[in-house]
Amino acid sequence: MGISVEGANKRFGDFQALNDVAIEVPDGSLTALLGPSGSGKSTLLRAIAGLEDLDSGQVTINGEDATRKPPQQRGVGFVFQHYAAFKHMTVYDNVAFGLKIRKWKKPETSKRVHELLQLVQLDGLAGRFPSQLSGGQRQRMALARALAVEPQVLLLDEPFGALDAKVRKDLRTWLRRLHDEMHVTTIFVTHDQEEAMDVADQLVVMNEGQVEQTGSADELYEHPANEFVMSFVGEVNRLGDDFVRPHDMEIVLDADDRTQEGLVQRIVTLGFEVRVELVLSDGTEVWAQLTRAELQRLELREGQIAYLRPIQAKSFNGSSPSNPDGASTPLGSQDGGDAGLPAAV
Amino acid sequence: MTANPASRWGLRVLGLGYLTMLLLIPLVMIFYKTFEDGIGPPLDAITSPDGLHALKLSLLMVAISVPLNTIFGIGCALLLVRHKSKLNPVIDAVINLPFAVSPVVIGLSLFLLYGTDGWFAFLGEEGIKILFSVPGMVLASIFVSLPFVVRETVPVLQEIGTDQEQAASTLGANGWQTFWKVTLPSIRWGVAYGVVLTTARVLGEFGAVTIVSGSISGQTQTLPLFVEKQYQNFNQTGAYGASLVLALLALVTLLAMNLLKRKEDA
Repeated sequence: MGISVEGANKRFGDFQALNDVAIEVPDGSLTALLGPSGSGKSTLLRAIAGLEDLDSGQVTINGEDATRKPPQQRGVGFVFQHYAAFKHMTVYDNVAFGLKIRKWKKPETSKRVHELLQLVQLDGLAGRFPSQLSGGQRQRMALARALAVEPQVLLLDEPFGALDAKVRKDLRTWLRRLHDEMHVTTIFVTHDQEEAMDVADQLVVMNEGQVEQTGSADELYEHPANEFVMSFVGEVNRLGDDFVRPHDMEIVLDADDRTQEGLVQRIVTLGFEVRVELVLSDGTEVWAQLTRAELQRLELREGQIAYLRPIQAKSFNGSSPSNPDGASTPLGSQDGGDAGLPAAV
Repeated sequence: MTANPASRWGLRVLGLGYLTMLLLIPLVMIFYKTFEDGIGPPLDAITSPDGLHALKLSLLMVAISVPLNTIFGIGCALLLVRHKSKLNPVIDAVINLPFAVSPVVIGLSLFLLYGTDGWFAFLGEEGIKILFSVPGMVLASIFVSLPFVVRETVPVLQEIGTDQEQAASTLGANGWQTFWKVTLPSIRWGVAYGVVLTTARVLGEFGAVTIVSGSISGQTQTLPLFVEKQYQNFNQTGAYGASLVLALLALVTLLAMNLLKRKEDA
């Protein structure tokens, strides 16, 4: 059950949008397709909806092969980034559209539309036209319209991409709550890793038409499969062949055999968090995330020399024998030299 | 842009002066000349059997050509915008032909095609008269007014994009339902402008229709041809009167659309 895609390929001219893509979306889950623009995430979503034909591959929705079915018969609800509101219809008629197509009787249609408008908190605005709504309201209307026909799966293509930051945050919390109430299998596309981690049960990270890794937010963050995933799902510094999260960078004032010397270039206070930017002796620019208390204890100032000690690093090329799978290596007491961090001093 | 008042007024005077000289004065002159000797003479000319016949024939041209060109125009615009093909630039260029080719040439080409030595001469032998009768005039009218609906609809179709149509399809609407419930309502003002322009063009067409119709009074004379005949026969008041009717018909078309639009916006 749920949705599965196997061996999906799609080419637009010279551009390989999907390259042998396979994903599994469990029934009732909320899955995010996460990736930079051009990674193929929207193409994949549109292929699931039937809005894009695959060159090869198979789409299965709730156990049924949907590959050759037109969008009308796939039982999907689709929400577009730019709302795709029917501009010449009122909010009511927009939401009622799918029901009218299905020849619902007037009283039933009216009842269902008002239930949905209540659900998306637009009940007082049924008579308005889309042009009289804010972006957030339009997108909630589009969601109600998609839900009206009781789709088996709900697909959202960068649903909050055109909204401002505050509305985005409200809506994604709201989407999560809605999903928890309705349990309809949902896939949404986003390029915002924070949004994906905040909302989704499962994340599918895509890049250049391929799936890089699938897993929960924790799994991706703690055990990224490769350099791309590591840098896409969070901030990262590169030290030689190693990748270190800024919060895994310790700053000390005394050198030892595992530290590297750096010049403190800039200290940025972002509320509770402090961002310390350093330049290493080989010219590499890195930054460390500290708490305010740590900064006060160290009495760091811009322009001074400090020493960096990575607490935890990852390496993804085969040359580092201690962590061939890219598993994290705690650079603690026993044999820290394996991580290949030469002391710079 | 913040132009200084002097240059702003200068531009206004220049623009209005240009329009007055080229458009308003000639039109006002027709009004003036028509009613110079009272309402009687022009009214007589228009209500003469030939005048009434010309009016009816002109309206018949509109009644046949405009719906056909509207249906064709919408279909063609959909083809050009929604179905990418290597042939599209060719179709696009061909549609513009009536704009580029002089109506007289269009009339002549129809004459050659349907005349006694033309490819379709056999139609005449079968008893289907094209030249010097209504079918030929309809063909000429359709030819000259063909691009308007396409040209007005294409940009609107491009602007609305395909999101709404795709949304309709995911909501279960088939192609036909999507067209009637989503696409057509979204492009209706583009189509309406196209219809108004087509109507005006068909009403006013002279060159092509003259050649294929033979301009036989009371038989194959549309209003513009009637105007010309009256003018040639030194019945200038009659010519002005008929001209005024033509101008009024065009005005009514424009007004009807504006009223519809206002009702829509309210």
